[in-house]
Amino acid sequence: MRLLYFAWLRARIGQAEEELAVPAEVRDVAGLLRWLQGRGGRYAEALRDLSVIRVAVNQDYVGRDHPIRDGDEVALFPPVTGG
Amino acid sequence: MIRVQRDDFDTGIELDRLARDDHAIGGVASFIGLVRDMGGPAAVSALNLEHYPGMTERKLAEIEAEANRRWPLSASLIIHRYGRLEPGDRIVLVATASPHREAALAACHFLIDWLKTDAPFWKSEETPQGERWVPARAEDDEATRRWRKK
Repeated sequence: MRLLYFAWLRARIGQAEEELAVPAEVRDVAGLLRWLQGRGGRYAEALRDLSVIRVAVNQDYVGRDHPIRDGDEVALFPPVTGG
Repeated sequence: MIRVQRDDFDTGIELDRLARDDHAIGGVASFIGLVRDMGGPAAVSALNLEHYPGMTERKLAEIEAEANRRWPLSASLIIHRYGRLEPGDRIVLVATASPHREAALAACHFLIDWLKTDAPFWKSEETPQGERWVPARAEDDEATRRWRKK
């Protein structure tokens, strides 16, 4: 699965994107966030407060119950501040 | 039309071009967003705008299509810059053209409000204390919610 990180999340995790082998039992966005937190270190630190994390799957905003599957592009980022 | 670019744009040329070839257009409305220096101890020397290439263009095209569904627009344009910008620099141009002013003004307001909460851009400020990520404003969410009620 291709994971992308933006803004302070990118800075805290220490990279803009990575390819991760996510276990099959991780089926939705909520599960993915829990799994990432469980990796500890920078991930646990960056994802400590999930209320400020937004998620896009294949370039569309999604909720926590959105399914994820291998081959998806999943982006994590804080609320947007453009304009 | 959507453009996401590092370079500056010429507002006069862009607005002229929007209406030049369609003489049924009665008015052009525009909004230009600028980098603001708040001054004081948190003085900002520059802003860095990061975005999500691909998704940015997609969300802006969706927002523009929604404006065209709601109002009878003859033409519309969104230019959003990214990269390093200094106080006073242009960040964004939203322009709408229509036979009558009501549609152009309302659609322009809608586009900038919606863009602020839907387009995947993030601002960080260069300050004397280092990099500072700009927090999202509740007022911006509220501005977009107003349009959703319609």
